[in-house]
Amino acid sequence: MSKRPLDTDPVATLSAPAVEPANPSAPRLMTLNMGPQHPSTHGVLRIMLELEGETIRKALPDIGFLHTGIEKQCEVNTWQQAVTLTDRVDYLSNLSNNLVYALAVEKLLQLEIPARAQWTRVLLAELTRINSHLVWLGTHALDIGAMTMFFYCFREREDILRLFEMVSGQRMMTSYIRPGGLALEPPRGWDKAVGKFIKAFPSKVDQYEALLDANPIWKRRTQGVGFISLEDMLDLGVTGPMIRGAGLKWDIRKSEPYSSYEKFTFEIPTRKENDVYARYQVRLAEMRESAKIVVQALEGMPGGAWQADAPHVVLPDREKMKTQMEALIYHFKIVTEGYRVPAGEVYQAIESPRGEIAYYIVSDGTSKPYRVHMRTPSFGNLQALPVLLKDTLIADSIAALGSMDFVLGDTDR
Amino acid sequence: MTHHAILETHEAHGETTLIAAPEKIVDLCRYLKSDEKFLRLSGITAVDWHPAEPRFEVVYHLHSIERNQRVRIKCRLGSDRAEIESVYSVWRAADWYEREVFDMFGVGFRNHPNLVRILMPVDWEGHPLRKDYPVHGYKYSYPNE
Repeated sequence: MSKRPLDTDPVATLSAPAVEPANPSAPRLMTLNMGPQHPSTHGVLRIMLELEGETIRKALPDIGFLHTGIEKQCEVNTWQQAVTLTDRVDYLSNLSNNLVYALAVEKLLQLEIPARAQWTRVLLAELTRINSHLVWLGTHALDIGAMTMFFYCFREREDILRLFEMVSGQRMMTSYIRPGGLALEPPRGWDKAVGKFIKAFPSKVDQYEALLDANPIWKRRTQGVGFISLEDMLDLGVTGPMIRGAGLKWDIRKSEPYSSYEKFTFEIPTRKENDVYARYQVRLAEMRESAKIVVQALEGMPGGAWQADAPHVVLPDREKMKTQMEALIYHFKIVTEGYRVPAGEVYQAIESPRGEIAYYIVSDGTSKPYRVHMRTPSFGNLQALPVLLKDTLIADSIAALGSMDFVLGDTDR
Repeated sequence: MTHHAILETHEAHGETTLIAAPEKIVDLCRYLKSDEKFLRLSGITAVDWHPAEPRFEVVYHLHSIERNQRVRIKCRLGSDRAEIESVYSVWRAADWYEREVFDMFGVGFRNHPNLVRILMPVDWEGHPLRKDYPVHGYKYSYPNE
């Protein structure tokens, strides 16, 4: 029986070249597989790391573990049924996905949406942004070792999910924003519940800042970590808080306003430092700005209809359906056949919590979408990972990864 | 140069669409990026018009932050030669988008640095977003379905 030499490291031998390199001082690289079940990858992301000691020389992301064929599914469902699929793309900002789909379909249908529905959409989109940033802050801090943050953030997130449940009956898979308006009228007392939450929220952000802003461990782990140049980010398709953390003042809510965002006053927070700490500051400032928008939406909420005057698209009121023949016919047509959308193509982009989310929708004039392409921010951002992780320490890679705030459901669709 | 590359233009829903000659796509994109300030490639995707010909449309969405403008470029490819030059040399963002189109539609991209499947497993057969690809799969479906 031959004895194995003690100095043979099984992992190192895998990646070592079969023949000795000509230059004996050439670095000895080790290949390490991270994920797909690594807790700090927030989902099923696999990264192949090539390490020289503790330094990452090359990082190769491997995605697709969460691919569920949502774009294909959209093609066999009616326009109305596809709304429920958009929830499941980015499961932390469902209402943003509902919104961009609804806006795109309404553009094709050339529907006029009442002011009340538009303002409610803005309110919900901003609550979604706060919700998503809270999950990001909690889990990102947890990765870096600040466990308390997780409980603080999920405390507020629970309140927001309760508000979503009040309007839609669902905590996460809301399907509340639909082509033509909203699914239901917001219930009585909902605005009061939102008002109560949003009044207390800025003081909660103060709490987060008190815990982290001057925390020496947090600063050492985040400042100067995860640098990637703005030119690289633009070239690689990175959007959202990552890019604003590098000083570029670009937000689709301002540059291409949708759903009456032009009527709200808010700032686009930017930082120059372009590191993990800057991205943290941008997201915290965005939560404060979102809270301001929610307050404005609550105070100026117009009255009136919450659905478009389009009986061929919007499901009729239950009461009318049971008493009026036209309403019953429309209901039957929409449910059995679905409404038809005029042939054409649109590209609708909005600012999701993670960056630019855009749906490219092609209709051939039937009651099912011909093609729905989802340009998701996580897919675009993740492409910059090899550049972001190059020549960083493996311990810093966790902080750098977390600062991208990707959702794998959003990446793989 | 651009006069030869652009075959048609459309305006609809406030969006501009250029139909471009597939063999000129890299020149056109390089011109739009350097001279017209379309620094961002928002995405690349495709549409399958099976059984019509030309079967595939490769769709590029360009965005200029400076001009606050978007433009869509479409290239039509027949099923006999579903291949186009990669625009990776213009925007590095094209890398994953082209891999996705290759994976889902089977459209090839010449001179792409690493054209392998991205969402489906590497040994997968067929291209799921083609219109003749069944929703329940032809090989991995349940026998009684």
